[in-house]
Amino acid sequence: MNAFLGHTATLVALLLAGGGAAAAFIGGRTGDARYVAWARRAGVAVFALVLTAFLVMERALVAHDFSVSYVAQVGSRTTPLFYTIISLWSALEGSILLWALILSAYTALLVRWSTHRYQTEAGPDSQVPYALGTLLCVNVFFLLLISWPANPFHLLNPAPLDGPGPNALLQNSPFMGVHPPLLYTGYVGMSVPFSLAIGALLAGRIGPDWTKLIRRWTMVPWTFLSLGILAGAWWSYEVLGWGGYWAWDPVENASFMPWLTATAFLHSVMVQERRGMLKMWTITLIVSTFLLTVLGTFLTRSGVLASVHAFTQSPIGPFFLVFLALVLLSSLALLAWRSETLESEGRFDAALSRETAFMVNNLLFAAFAFVVLLGTMFPLIAEAVRGAKVSVGGPYFNELSVPIALLLVFLAGVGPALPWRKGSLELVRGKFRWPTIAALGAGIVLAVAGVRAPLAWLTFVLAVFSAGLLVVEFVTPTRARHETTGEGWVLALWRVVSSNRRRYGGYVVHSGILVIAVGVAASATFRQEEEWTLRRGAAAQIGRYRIQFDSVWAVKESQRDGVIAATTIEASGQPFGRLFPRLNYYPTAMEPIGTPAVREGLREDLYLVLMAYTQDGQQATLKAIASPMVGWIWLGGGIVALGALFALWRSRGEAARRASRPDAERRGGARVPSEALR
Amino acid sequence: MALSGRKASVAVGGAVVLLVFAYLIWGGIGNNLVYFLTPSELWARGPAAYGASIRLGGVVEASSIRWDADKHELRFRLVDAAGTTRPVEVVSTGLPPQMFTEGIGAVVEGVWSPDGVFHSHNLMVKHSNEYRAPPPGSKPAEYYRQLFRNQRS
Repeated sequence: MNAFLGHTATLVALLLAGGGAAAAFIGGRTGDARYVAWARRAGVAVFALVLTAFLVMERALVAHDFSVSYVAQVGSRTTPLFYTIISLWSALEGSILLWALILSAYTALLVRWSTHRYQTEAGPDSQVPYALGTLLCVNVFFLLLISWPANPFHLLNPAPLDGPGPNALLQNSPFMGVHPPLLYTGYVGMSVPFSLAIGALLAGRIGPDWTKLIRRWTMVPWTFLSLGILAGAWWSYEVLGWGGYWAWDPVENASFMPWLTATAFLHSVMVQERRGMLKMWTITLIVSTFLLTVLGTFLTRSGVLASVHAFTQSPIGPFFLVFLALVLLSSLALLAWRSETLESEGRFDAALSRETAFMVNNLLFAAFAFVVLLGTMFPLIAEAVRGAKVSVGGPYFNELSVPIALLLVFLAGVGPALPWRKGSLELVRGKFRWPTIAALGAGIVLAVAGVRAPLAWLTFVLAVFSAGLLVVEFVTPTRARHETTGEGWVLALWRVVSSNRRRYGGYVVHSGILVIAVGVAASATFRQEEEWTLRRGAAAQIGRYRIQFDSVWAVKESQRDGVIAATTIEASGQPFGRLFPRLNYYPTAMEPIGTPAVREGLREDLYLVLMAYTQDGQQATLKAIASPMVGWIWLGGGIVALGALFALWRSRGEAARRASRPDAERRGGARVPSEALR
Repeated sequence: MALSGRKASVAVGGAVVLLVFAYLIWGGIGNNLVYFLTPSELWARGPAAYGASIRLGGVVEASSIRWDADKHELRFRLVDAAGTTRPVEVVSTGLPPQMFTEGIGAVVEGVWSPDGVFHSHNLMVKHSNEYRAPPPGSKPAEYYRQLFRNQRS
């Protein structure tokens, strides 16, 4: 029953998505509103059907309906309810179903959003149906996958009595409930700006309204992608037991590459908006972002690259390759066809300007993405060309990404400080004075305090410099407002930042990135690691911590058995509490899977892993890692999210203005800057 | 049309940046490649393989495991899956995974030095990607069951 229902829903959704796409393109071409209306209805219906399929799968999982092939693959009667629910995305077919659900939800959002945008005073706007048609085509591809090569709804007859449960690594931490949905919401969301870009190219109209629109639709998935990547890093840190959070694993790279190009896009689109420049480049970036998400999915879901995340060999590889080639070729053809509408209107006026900072920023992000792409793809290239089995080691990525990242940290402050068009040296001198002094001071203090690692030192100094420049951007207008209006400092600051949420939200995002950079540099450079075999009651020292092994015992849980070690910690001679690292034995896993015990702090994390123990419980082998400032990475992620939210939130004044002048907004007509209205 | 001075300098600057970037990437990849080899392939490469990053995969030879508890140092020999090749002597620091035992597939990452010893910094026990139940009486399960028995007594 469940299998039939789910499979039928996906098949009907596939047909509707195909029909809707065709209707959208016909409607766009002919300007016939009836076709467009059909396409819009199809878009909503696809979402309803995929949601049905998704809920059917959840019901089958929760009810342990092992006649559904996917349930038999990942379900188990002993798995706790929470892990049963999230096991939907613990293997290939289910993760594509989640993908399709999020994609169709975005499609429905696009339909909802475009309700009043198709019929304009100037006649039907063909960009809207073209974008919807493109997005429905992407839907067709993923629905094709779940109806055919990655169908999770095969009927098993006879049904097995029980299943193996999800992959043990994926049921070891509740974070698996958060990380994939966040990441997918970001990853899949990149198909919306892609569709809007293709829609605009097809319609042959890339105006200022387009720029604003596509930027907003990129900010949302960008925020989710950022959080998803960080949540993945956190998962890796809390579960995998090596005390690190980033290993340049192909899947991490696959999530990171579109983030890099999307970030580049969010910057270059501002140049396009302000100066009408870099149009071709900007649109190339958003198309590349989407292509990289498809490539990433292909790399990690087809089994061509070995990875923690790679599921077993599956037949979907060729499908992805064909889709990738189709998207690549049609996008290139479209860009070539429309190249005349993408010509630059403005030109660079001066080397010392914000445009230049954005240009350099874009080159750096593009270079970064290329470095990661090459390192990820090289094993495939080498095997195809020379037949040699190789992998590219982490040092390659580190050696090349650290200098790029350092320059980006520098630009995170310098870019916002430079004015558009032409900066004067005097202005630069005025703005840069205090941040430079602060950075030099920090450099001296750090050197005196014994920071001898040059790259970490440089990261800290550059971060202080950039943070100083950002502070100046907040303080200068606040002081001006405070002096002219007599408002209090806090109120003046609030009025200033709310008058241009996009800009100040962006600066908050920048400061979050600086916090992350500091956390990464500190934790990667000053990490200490020790491993000891201790008898009961014995203790060992790492950094300022003294770790005493008390006892080890076993526990039984419904889906697994566990072995827990108890330790008592002293920090600098003071009691610091107790930590309980454990090993978990899953019936389906060959090896025990550890749960490290982590004592998190902004200053330093203490990370304990139970490696082994003797059968009499008298001895245990513990690995201890002390890494400073790991917490800053998660903190920075929170700041990034807050800044992005602030930038996205439409202020009340802006919403009112939009409501009163919808046409001007829609056509991208001249808007009076909000400052001038006061 | 001849390039103006400004355009030419931008083009030259761009080319220089690109070349430097390409050179860095080329060197970066070349120095950081990890080769996947079996013991027989390692012997076939001979001294050319000294010093390179290698991921060596094979089977742990019977009665070759020596564990030095004081130094936390593990020594063993790896042979090809067929078991016919000359064994490669491996030394690694740190406790091996609990699955580690004679006759099991193992992968070591490290460097082969001219004294013929492979210095591993990462030891992994090889099992297929499919998750399946460990055979009864296998080492990890036995381990914690013993702990249970001791707790009860």
